[in-house]
Amino acid sequence: MADTVAGLPVQHAEKSFYQQSTNKYSGILSWLLTTDHKRIGIMYLAAIGFFFFVGAVIGLLMRLELIAPGRQIMDAQTYNSFFTLHGVIMIFLFIIPGLPAIFGNFFLPIQIGARDVAFPRLNLLSWYIYMIGAALVLVSLFLPGGPIDTGWTFYIPYSVRSTTNVSMAIFAAFVLGFSSILTGINFVTTTHRLRAPGMSFFKMPLFVWATYATAWIQIIATPVIGITILLVIIERLFGVGIFDPALGGDPILFQHMFWIYSHPAVYIMILPAMGVVSEIIPTFARRTIFGYKAIAMSSLAIAFVGYLVWAHHMFTSGMSDTARWIFSLLTFIVALPSGVKIFNWVATMYKGSIDPQPPFLWVMNFIFLFSIGGLTGLVLGSLATNIHLHDTYFVVAHFHYVMFGGTGTIFFAAMHYWFPKMFGKMYNIKLARIAVLLFFVGFNLLYFPKFIMGYMGMPRRYYDYLPQFEALQEISTVGSWIVVGTLFFILGYLIHALLKGKKATSNPWGGVTLEWHIASPPSMENFAEIPTVTREPYDFSQLKEMKNE
Amino acid sequence: MSPVPTTHVESVDFVMLYIVGISVVLLLGVTATMIYFVFKYNRKKGHQPVDIHGNILLEIIWIVIPTLLVLSMFYFGYTSFREIRDIPDNSFVVKVTARMWQFSFEYENGKKTDTLYVPVNRAIGLEMRSADVNHAFYIPAFRIKEDMIFGKTNYLYFTPKQVGDYDVACAEYCGLNHSAMYTKVKVLSENEFTKWYGGNWQPVKAEVTN
Repeated sequence: MADTVAGLPVQHAEKSFYQQSTNKYSGILSWLLTTDHKRIGIMYLAAIGFFFFVGAVIGLLMRLELIAPGRQIMDAQTYNSFFTLHGVIMIFLFIIPGLPAIFGNFFLPIQIGARDVAFPRLNLLSWYIYMIGAALVLVSLFLPGGPIDTGWTFYIPYSVRSTTNVSMAIFAAFVLGFSSILTGINFVTTTHRLRAPGMSFFKMPLFVWATYATAWIQIIATPVIGITILLVIIERLFGVGIFDPALGGDPILFQHMFWIYSHPAVYIMILPAMGVVSEIIPTFARRTIFGYKAIAMSSLAIAFVGYLVWAHHMFTSGMSDTARWIFSLLTFIVALPSGVKIFNWVATMYKGSIDPQPPFLWVMNFIFLFSIGGLTGLVLGSLATNIHLHDTYFVVAHFHYVMFGGTGTIFFAAMHYWFPKMFGKMYNIKLARIAVLLFFVGFNLLYFPKFIMGYMGMPRRYYDYLPQFEALQEISTVGSWIVVGTLFFILGYLIHALLKGKKATSNPWGGVTLEWHIASPPSMENFAEIPTVTREPYDFSQLKEMKNE
Repeated sequence: MSPVPTTHVESVDFVMLYIVGISVVLLLGVTATMIYFVFKYNRKKGHQPVDIHGNILLEIIWIVIPTLLVLSMFYFGYTSFREIRDIPDNSFVVKVTARMWQFSFEYENGKKTDTLYVPVNRAIGLEMRSADVNHAFYIPAFRIKEDMIFGKTNYLYFTPKQVGDYDVACAEYCGLNHSAMYTKVKVLSENEFTKWYGGNWQPVKAEVTN
């Protein structure tokens, strides 16, 4: 067995990738100039994690402002900049790069039995481009003109009229797009070229499938936002009149171009999360995944149909009725592959041997929250209800259930699942269980009232509101305290584990994909010898032999 | 049945209830099954896991049934939407202009207001334009909205059934005072409206829609 999958048995004397440098430097330069996919993954984790907390704190301050009608802690201009920054940071700096750049980088090569990604230097360049983009966002806050106030969608004509630093902020998104494209190219090439002997496409773990499908969207969709952003900047600088109706342009054309990227981007955000779910459930149910091919193919189906639904963001824009019903119909169709995944995941628990450790609890949390997010998407896909709910809190609630309840929850699931592998330390399981519960309560308090407010007619992006919304707004604000408190709680016990945690074994959960066959943390080369794969990805009959390794 | 401000409200609320009803059943079904499995197949009970690779029949069932369900949702959503898109021939037309950060209304006799006055039981047509950036005309109580865009005329139709005041909000972000961009639509009885309008607004008795 050991010679078929695991390569050589783990050698205890072997140095981990933290102790080996890929270049001649040691210390900080050995990180900043590294080409190791694992170190780059950790560097992404530090940067992306930082911006996630910045975005969360901005959200917390927005909720504090909304605790009562009228002015509380900030003026309207500040609030408008805050919701813009919250969106820009959470979308472009956290959730789009999040799972692929951190966990994709770290685990995609290992899961297919490779020593690194196909283009390690390009991988490092992608990280630098991400950091430059992030720096541009920060710089744009402090230049004359002030922070961008257009909303993260920067709709024309407001975004050409605004005197704030729109150009620089959206140029940051342009730069970040390249990081995304290059990472996508790297992952597609890696998946095609670097699979270990015997690792056919249908033997790949489902996280690899999901990251692979995501990578294609990153490559194909991202250039559209790049082009759109350049056109907006040209419009602002030279007054060309592409989108601005005052100059003869078409603002609806802008919305089309914006959403042709930004809707597929939603699937860039959620697909890798779905891949993580497909890893965690078999490990903790200790049985093979139900409907492997259905799950793998539904990722590709989502990636494809996801291109064809963008105009459902524009049902009230005055598009033709024909466009409206076609996009409504397609929107309902794209819901189906997500449903297929949910059913297969639950079916994977059937007749398993389930050990609900923290990563699995996060996944249960995900299935509930993401289902609410997906099902309320049906309400928004339907024309009659969309006309009422478009641009209200209902939409805000819906996409937070999908993005935060979906991808965000799985970010924590992945963190708790792979933490022992990435850092070689184990966190306090009891505290981690409490965190899941706290998050669940806080999250629903924070976002569920927004569904109700939305149906009552509370528009989004409002600094102030009518008195009938006060009670629900207060509940929502209290929820935000619990959620942000939980985030810091999680950060606290993970850092504590990092510094003082117990040493983790190479396979604490009993997983069987390739990362669980190597040391925690892995060595620089991952595998002493490239393994030959003979088994399907979730074959737990090998677990006994693995224990003897 | 409690009185509704427009008949369209009933059909939107029906679509909402229909979709939410099915969604709640699906959500509870999935969640309850998941929790049941976690207890029933808990590792503490010590039984051997069984590797089940899939089931074609089940995959077909959980593709076909949701497909039928979402198609029915699409259908109800579409037919309800049609109600506000079929333009009545003899509607009472008001021109609406949005600018940062207020709405203004102009009637056929040249009257201009900041608040929308309309007669009850008459199809109202709004011809909507923007003088600057994007706005949206949203009457939550009537469940309708449409964007207002510079250089483009968008339309909105409704037939108020109840006399009263209803909030109008701007629903497309338009800058600093976006959240203060509120006005009201005042639905008046025929007599009151005639008095307010100060002239003939040609009520056609026969055209009262459903």
